[in-house]
Amino acid sequence: MAEVAPAEVGHGDTHDDHHEESFWSKYVFSTDHKIIGFQYMFTGMAMALIGGYFAYVFRMQLAFPGSSIPFWGTLSPAAYNSLVTNHGTIMIFWVAMPVLIAAMGNFCIPLMIGCDDMVFPRVNRLSYQIFLLSAIVLIISFFVPGGGFGGAWTAYPPLSAKAAYNSTPFGAPLWLIAVTLEIVAFLLGGINFITTTMNARAKGMKIYDIPMLVWMIVIASILFMCSVGPLIAGAVMLLFDQTLGTSFFDAAAGGDPVLWQHLFWFFGHPEVYVVLLPAMGIVAEVVCVFARKKLFAYKLILYSTIGLGILSFFVWAHHQFISGVDPRATYLFTTTTLLISIPVAIILFAFIATLYGGSIRFSTAMLFALAFIAEFLLGGVTGIWLGSSGVDIYLHDTYFVLAHFHYTFVPIAIIAVFAAVYHWFPKMFGRKMNETWGKIHFWGTIISFNGIFIPLFILGSAGQHRRIYNFQNYPDLAGQNMQDMRVFATMCLVLMLAFQVIFIVNFIVSLKRGEKAGRNPWNATTLEWITESPPPHGNFGTTMPEVYRGPYEYSVEGREKDFWPQNEKPDSETT
Amino acid sequence: MFEFLDKFMPGILESLIPRASEFAIEIDVLFDVITILVGFWFVLVLGYFFYLVFRYRHREGQKAKYVTGETHRQKQAIEIPHFLILACDIVIIIPTFVVWYNVKIEVPPPDEEVRIVAQQWAWTFYHAGEDEILGTDDDIVSINELHVKENTQYTYHLESRDVMHSFSVPVFRLKQDAVPGRVITGHFKPILTGEWDIQCAEMCGVAHGIMGARIFIKNEAEHKEWLAMNTPIDLGGSFLAVAGEDEITELKEDKNNG
Repeated sequence: MAEVAPAEVGHGDTHDDHHEESFWSKYVFSTDHKIIGFQYMFTGMAMALIGGYFAYVFRMQLAFPGSSIPFWGTLSPAAYNSLVTNHGTIMIFWVAMPVLIAAMGNFCIPLMIGCDDMVFPRVNRLSYQIFLLSAIVLIISFFVPGGGFGGAWTAYPPLSAKAAYNSTPFGAPLWLIAVTLEIVAFLLGGINFITTTMNARAKGMKIYDIPMLVWMIVIASILFMCSVGPLIAGAVMLLFDQTLGTSFFDAAAGGDPVLWQHLFWFFGHPEVYVVLLPAMGIVAEVVCVFARKKLFAYKLILYSTIGLGILSFFVWAHHQFISGVDPRATYLFTTTTLLISIPVAIILFAFIATLYGGSIRFSTAMLFALAFIAEFLLGGVTGIWLGSSGVDIYLHDTYFVLAHFHYTFVPIAIIAVFAAVYHWFPKMFGRKMNETWGKIHFWGTIISFNGIFIPLFILGSAGQHRRIYNFQNYPDLAGQNMQDMRVFATMCLVLMLAFQVIFIVNFIVSLKRGEKAGRNPWNATTLEWITESPPPHGNFGTTMPEVYRGPYEYSVEGREKDFWPQNEKPDSETT
Repeated sequence: MFEFLDKFMPGILESLIPRASEFAIEIDVLFDVITILVGFWFVLVLGYFFYLVFRYRHREGQKAKYVTGETHRQKQAIEIPHFLILACDIVIIIPTFVVWYNVKIEVPPPDEEVRIVAQQWAWTFYHAGEDEILGTDDDIVSINELHVKENTQYTYHLESRDVMHSFSVPVFRLKQDAVPGRVITGHFKPILTGEWDIQCAEMCGVAHGIMGARIFIKNEAEHKEWLAMNTPIDLGGSFLAVAGEDEITELKEDKNNG
């Protein structure tokens, strides 16, 4: 419980004396959680542009193999592999992670739990600086002799361990160092999220009064901390194999290449939930605000999430059904994988049930949040085919897998993030984004997204494998109807990227010219909406908020207004 | 059982790609079973979702209901579907186990054997010669071409010389990673004649994208003809086989460990 008074929780830098700060201390070396959140958000968005550009280049190659690609040129197989590898790495480690956990966590947690900053603001600043360093190392790795690493984002040894195999003597170690640094950055950030939420909540905010987004980020941080140890150990071993000539993963010298797969996926599967949970948290917040409804079965969602987190540690080998683990082990992992559908379904059902009896306003943020539910549903259910080890024999490493996880990751890292940006933009910058352009952006993004990946399900079911730079080399895959589907998917991707220009322009224009938002433009109940927009340094001015009720008291019977902010004194005390 | 079930199934995979092995039908039926169960839930939930979105859109003067979802009756709205999903999971898990056992665990006694060696970036296939025994002097070695007989039970022994590869024959619905330092044993029984793709399904380096091969399934007589056209190992056909062979020392037969 929040027994420490908020004022005492503050950091070393006193924010009580409001002296004029220079640009550098205010925006670059700031310890303010909001600024660090922005740093993560803008870095993540910039990396998303790089990752999107990579996707454009390799999709063009697949649609028009061998021809010169505008803004790139002809694509060599080595460059194709490198683009595919780094597209995956960037989108997971440098887009989904920083935007969903770090940006949302940093910006929202202190505001939503009613405190003035993170409890360890300097650790927070260090976290971003290491993250930025990791992004720079990754970008440098594209330009070293031999080019960027091209051994897939899963980096299976022996391919990733020896330059003789992967032909990227500098790209591979730099890639690995970048990933390791990124993970260190998020460990530091996670410490802050957990500690702040547990210790610095506003007076009166009990454990079930914490907004779902905060819970989700905290649980995700705990999952990340518990799962990342084996990956760091594995990364160090792999780095030694690459640079010092050790043989942890070299079968000829007594190592075991499959060991890496276990270490990687023991981290890799909980990692999926690490980015999923904050996205679900965002959706919970947005759906409640715009349906004017209390979140359905808050405690059930919370406990399902914890159960989901625990179960996620027992499913990793479903990535390895056919990779040389004992085939009997799949009985266990098939069972746990299919069982994990239950907590996920409970959470999604609860979101859908929240709509029941609501009064739904279709703002852009709400449209994106609803789209998350619908699209993630398809991403989730297609996991059942793959979790069933028998079918996975056929579908493993096909485009079916690719389409499946893009139907989870795009809703997570793109759709939910857009919901968050449209929803919290007024709080971040004091102005609203343009709703008309927002809706055009929404429909363009959603329709073209489905246009990309629905054909890929069909291609995958027809036996098309991943990471192959030219399907014309395979007579069974070179048919005109299959090539037409590839061209269609690529065209939809180009369209989807083009629609993001609307978002970027809308974002920049709204920063200066958007409609002024005021404190609480959406009539929401959680604490971030009671302060000014944008919130000042120290968030709530001189008096810190006090909390009297849960976070989702919308449309309470017998009250005139359809929202009842968490900090509003109960009637018995005011009258 | 699978033949019987197949009569009632939409046959989605078969419409996209032929079934050329005996166990392909099992995987296809399992795929269809999952498609029906999951498809039902998907359509139901998505339909209800769109209904709610439409039904409870904002209209002037209408206030939202206050529903906590904490009472027992309200929670049942989630608990009942959750037990139904559990039931569906079990319906999927049981045939999954059967299929997995048939394809990956039990290796039927072979009529013939074939050795498959993957390396960057080619497949080497060691076929038994006319004596139908692998590892004798009349074995036939070929690069990127696997020749097998129809209706013959095969056991394969899969190796890798360098990195992870994956032996994938989509028409067989068969896939198995090749792990350096191990010999992985599995089986298949071709049931159609024809010629199809073999793909490497695991990223294996720069030329992973062209690490394909072809599988030729022929009847007994045609297969004999092909054997006669090729030079057995002891008569000089071995030059293909020795390339890179010395890198691999004693390989333990690691039966069935994946």
